[in-house]
Amino acid sequence: MITEALMLSAILFVIGTFGVLVRRNAIIMFLCIELQLNAVNLSFVAFSRMFGIEGQIFVFFVMTVAAAEAAVGLAIIISIFRHYETVNVDSFNLLKW
Amino acid sequence: MSALLESIGYSDWALHALVWLPVLGIGLVLWVEEAQAKTVAFWWSMVVLALSLGLWWAFDPTQGGMQMQSTAPWIPGWGVSYSLGIDGISLFMVMLSTFSTSMAILGSFNYIQSRQRAFYALMLLLEAAVVGVFVATDVFLFYVFFELTLVPMYFIVGVWGGERRIYAAIKFFLYTAFGSLLMLVAILYLFWKAKTLLGFPTFAYADLLQVPLSGTEQLWLFSAFALAFSVKVPVFPLHTWLPDAHVEAPTPGSVILAAVLLKMGTYGFLRFLLPLFPVAAQHPTVVTTMLVLGVIGILYTAWVAAVQPDAKKLVAYTSVAHMGFVVLGVFALTVNGLQGGLIVMISHGISTGALFLLLGMLYERRHTRTIAEFGGIARVAPWFATAFVITALASIGLPGTSGFVGEFLALLGTFETHPTIAFLATLGVIFAAYYMLPMVQTVFFNKLETDENRKIEDLNGREMAIMAPLCALMILIGWNPTPLLERMEPSVRAVIERVEAAGVADAAIESGVRFVEAPPIDPEDPATLAEADVASAADADE
Amino acid sequence: MSAVIAPVIALAQGGGQAAAEAAHFEPFLPGLVVLLPLLGFVLNGILALRHGRDSAAAVRRGEELDLGDRASRPATHTLPTWIGPGVLGAAFVITLVNFARMFGADLEAPVIVHYWTWIATGTFTVEAALQLDQLSMIMMMVVTGVGFLIHVFSVGYMRDDAGYPRYFAYLNLFVFFMLVLVMGSSYALMFVGWEGVGLCSYLLIGYWFSDREKSDAGKKAFIVNRIGDVGFLIAMFLLFRAFGTVDFVPVFAEAETLVYAGGLVTAITLFFFLGAVGKSAQIPLHIWLPDAMAGPTPVSALIHAATMVTAGVYLVARSSVLFALAPLSSAVVAGIGVLTALFAATIALKQNDIKKVLAYSTVSQLGYMFVGVGVGAYAAGVFHLMTHAFFKALLFLGSGAVIHAMHDAYHSTHSHEDAQDMRNMGGLKTYMPITWATMWIATLAISGIWPFAGFFSKDEIIWQTAAFGGAENAPYAALYSVYWIVALAAAMLTAFYMTRMMVMTFHGENRTGAEESKHLHEAPAVMWVPLAVLAVLSVFGGWINVPEAIQTSWVGLFGALPTGEWLHHWLEPLTAQAHHIQEANLGELAHSAPFGGGEVLWATISTAAAAVVVFLSIRFVGGQKTVPVAQDETAPSGFGAVLLNKYYVDEFYDRFVVQPIVRASRFCWKTIDSLVIDGAVNAVGLVAKAFGWGVSMFQTGSVNTYAFILTVGVLVILGVAVL
Repeated sequence: MITEALMLSAILFVIGTFGVLVRRNAIIMFLCIELQLNAVNLSFVAFSRMFGIEGQIFVFFVMTVAAAEAAVGLAIIISIFRHYETVNVDSFNLLKW
Repeated sequence: MSALLESIGYSDWALHALVWLPVLGIGLVLWVEEAQAKTVAFWWSMVVLALSLGLWWAFDPTQGGMQMQSTAPWIPGWGVSYSLGIDGISLFMVMLSTFSTSMAILGSFNYIQSRQRAFYALMLLLEAAVVGVFVATDVFLFYVFFELTLVPMYFIVGVWGGERRIYAAIKFFLYTAFGSLLMLVAILYLFWKAKTLLGFPTFAYADLLQVPLSGTEQLWLFSAFALAFSVKVPVFPLHTWLPDAHVEAPTPGSVILAAVLLKMGTYGFLRFLLPLFPVAAQHPTVVTTMLVLGVIGILYTAWVAAVQPDAKKLVAYTSVAHMGFVVLGVFALTVNGLQGGLIVMISHGISTGALFLLLGMLYERRHTRTIAEFGGIARVAPWFATAFVITALASIGLPGTSGFVGEFLALLGTFETHPTIAFLATLGVIFAAYYMLPMVQTVFFNKLETDENRKIEDLNGREMAIMAPLCALMILIGWNPTPLLERMEPSVRAVIERVEAAGVADAAIESGVRFVEAPPIDPEDPATLAEADVASAADADE
Repeated sequence: MSAVIAPVIALAQGGGQAAAEAAHFEPFLPGLVVLLPLLGFVLNGILALRHGRDSAAAVRRGEELDLGDRASRPATHTLPTWIGPGVLGAAFVITLVNFARMFGADLEAPVIVHYWTWIATGTFTVEAALQLDQLSMIMMMVVTGVGFLIHVFSVGYMRDDAGYPRYFAYLNLFVFFMLVLVMGSSYALMFVGWEGVGLCSYLLIGYWFSDREKSDAGKKAFIVNRIGDVGFLIAMFLLFRAFGTVDFVPVFAEAETLVYAGGLVTAITLFFFLGAVGKSAQIPLHIWLPDAMAGPTPVSALIHAATMVTAGVYLVARSSVLFALAPLSSAVVAGIGVLTALFAATIALKQNDIKKVLAYSTVSQLGYMFVGVGVGAYAAGVFHLMTHAFFKALLFLGSGAVIHAMHDAYHSTHSHEDAQDMRNMGGLKTYMPITWATMWIATLAISGIWPFAGFFSKDEIIWQTAAFGGAENAPYAALYSVYWIVALAAAMLTAFYMTRMMVMTFHGENRTGAEESKHLHEAPAVMWVPLAVLAVLSVFGGWINVPEAIQTSWVGLFGALPTGEWLHHWLEPLTAQAHHIQEANLGELAHSAPFGGGEVLWATISTAAAAVVVFLSIRFVGGQKTVPVAQDETAPSGFGAVLLNKYYVDEFYDRFVVQPIVRASRFCWKTIDSLVIDGAVNAVGLVAKAFGWGVSMFQTGSVNTYAFILTVGVLVILGVAVL
């Protein structure tokens, strides 16, 4: 059982990672990050069967942080969109040296 | 006077007040109207000055050790304490600081036109920091004050300075910070060593003096401290920040820089280098290096000064030459040399400070500092010329002025131990005339040709109030330096005796005996602890 | 200044007895002698600054009054006129009282009056104390006496000067420092005066500072003097190392512990002599004195003839014990002296500026004094110092009167001719007879013609030089023979060029110009009275020291003078120790003339030779046709040009000393300081910057790059952890 859960978690994580690396749309990249988080959550839940309840408790923390992050992140993306009228991350290189 | 001071418990609170009154003044200056800031700052600094004059009577000239000491724990876990005290070495430095600050503030009334409140607040902060440097008897506290002086000075140069002020301010900051960081490492090493050997954490100067150090350790620590102080002095070839900082700094900044900040370097030599690392301080290579650098500083910067087209830069370079005499006096390791060095410090503070003030007054009138632009000013400004000539003569060490007493004693002291070096340094007397007289001549004598120069006004009342005490002090110290010398002597003698006590080791170095590590000391065992005191001397015997 | 006049402490060289004897001499307010000129300086200085403020306002309004302009005559004249000479007169009177007391006291050891402790470091102490003894008394008399006369003369000479109070302020300050120099009880205090007079010399040479040339001359004097001062300082350091003090009395008391002719004492004396060379304008540092003539003429008389420049001689005489211990140094002193005497005399032959002639004459005469003190004849050196102060001050003041008249003459027609060039003078005898007569007296005195003062002092020096060379164990005996012959030759040259100066100035046709000559006039009484007084001194001043050997002959008026060799006996207590050292090491001096024949014969020959030279010079120069500067188109050639250009010494120094130093200074600044040191500092900054720039390349600003690098980084770390 645990093997399958971890497999699924790994697949989801890899999809998320590739999504972040390959896609250029900030919203999609953001969703992929969420996907990675949830892949980790899945692992936590799976492990909690073996090691006790802490894993599930930790999932709540992750979800809380993810929610907060989603709020701030989406707000940033919206304000960027207002400014540039695009959410393509290649268009933003203000931090370049 | 002494009785009066005693009745108000002066010696208990005076040093604290000297550090903290300027800090209180900052609040006051920031609180009042922009237009009143300078008046308030000036009178506040006069109060501090008046307070510091009491030290003259409260100080016991018969004692060589720290006086008026008081201490309070600050960060007990690390053994850091807030402890203050003065001795004959720092007494006059404190008075010089408060005096210079007052004169500099009075001299800045016209020069500083923008952001006056901020400027005077920084001046007072600077005063607190430099007084703190001279009265701190805790090495950590000393370091804090030492670094704190950088902050106001950085802004004074960087905000109110000339065209290349940013470059000058950053250069000044980085140069000095570079040196002092190495010193911080050395201080921490000393702290660690003290903790291991004494068994309790301490930064107290008196405790650190008890820490036995092997010769090798002393040399390393000496180098780190020496580098920090040498940048401040500045010793050739670490001097190139000074001309830039002086030229770009506003007049009051230059005054404080020359009169006080440079002295922190040589004060550090006397307070830390010699007493903490007596063996290293008399290592022949070390002594020769420092003396040679001092002589190069005297001769080389005199030459460089002589060909400067900018009057302020000229005076800036002469500072390096003067401080060369101090370096010489200190590393001559004789009573005469040290006393001479101290008098040069005081004299240079007064005369070079006065020169910068005068050049600032000239700049306010004419908006240039290029020597060749002037000529014949003595015709239209006789008081100005008189003050300038007196100051210039004090600066080049004419007998009857303070400069002579200092240079003479420093050279005499150096000659006792290192005749060749002293001989070369004495040539500086010629080159002093070579850089100063042409400048005086071109600016004040010769023909009065241009209309701009014809319009130059003589000294006004405020400017005379600045120059009168400065000139009076130059001449007074020139004719009667004994009251100063007798107050310094016990402390100077204590330093020399401490160095000489380690002299046995010195002989061993010369004969090529290698240093060995100090024997392990058990902090629990009082016997080994006592032995630690003489450990550095014991190096020699092995 | 807590000048509590302490009880007189008689420091005894010979123990308690001497102290008791010295107590006979009660100094009379010696501090006031020094203090009065200082007071004069302060008062005149205040007046000068107040006056300066008024004239500055005038200058600013555009009313151009050049310094020295006769048109402006400030109302603030009266006070300086009384204060300036007044304080000097008072000081002179006090000095006279002291002299009278000392004269009767038979003083054996110096009396030291202590005021306060100047420097005390714990291992080194200098007292602010005045030393009164026979030597300082002679110097005080010369300084205050001649100084007073010159102050009085100045009242007339500087009458129309715009900076009148300032002039007297400087002059008074000079006298103050000069008195510190001669009265100070230690080398350190002497050095205060030594540099102080240098300062005043600087201020007074550049007194008309608007003229670039004049202020340059002042600067040159100061810097050249400082070269000598370094020698003085080093000598003091050596003394301190040897004795732990620089006070005269203990140093001389212990001096004989030094090895005779040893390295240390030779070094000390040579360094002191370097100081003397600078101050007394001897080769190779003589270059400043002729330029110093840029100052007002009374200044030249006081500072650059009578007092300051003789300080070097005073220094050697004061240190007689040390120099007696160092025969090599003494030989150098005499050698430099004799060389300078000849060298300067030859230059003086061709000069046309009246003050330049006198300047080189002064350099030459100072050379004689050094010969005197160099051969151990310290009293003879001081004697010549004193007589020279009389006749050279007279010559300078006389030339001042001439220049004053010439200046008035040219001023009347607004001509810009040179008022100091002798080619523009001639025939002034009829216009200014008193000046003419007094200056002739001085000329005969300096030429060494009996019975004038210079005859006795100069002949004694030459004679002593020969005698020294003839001593049993004299070192470098042959050298001294050369010395006295050269000195004799220089004396002949002196007679020649001085007579030439007199003839060109006062005799023959007047060349000033028809219109101008109407305005030539004799000096006013305030100027000629000092001339007359100095003339009297120039005649009789030499009689105080007639050698005993010739006292009873015609040279000494057949013994009519009350005493022979008075000055020798007067200075005996101070020179005895030196003479004792010399006799112990050199044996008996040969006091007879070198070729036999008796002293009287040689004295007769000497004065006759000088008289012949004077006569020849009158004939030769009188026979030459001199034309005014404006019409003078002949350029001297050959050796004459070399002499006129002072052997090109100035040019040599400029080319091989001054310019190289300036070039080296520029090199230090531009190359070493700006390029190497600052370059290194900036290079460190650049390296840091470059590194930062390189690393910043990773900062693409693209989110994907960051994410990619992050991922790769995580994978690498994980990979390392797993493996």
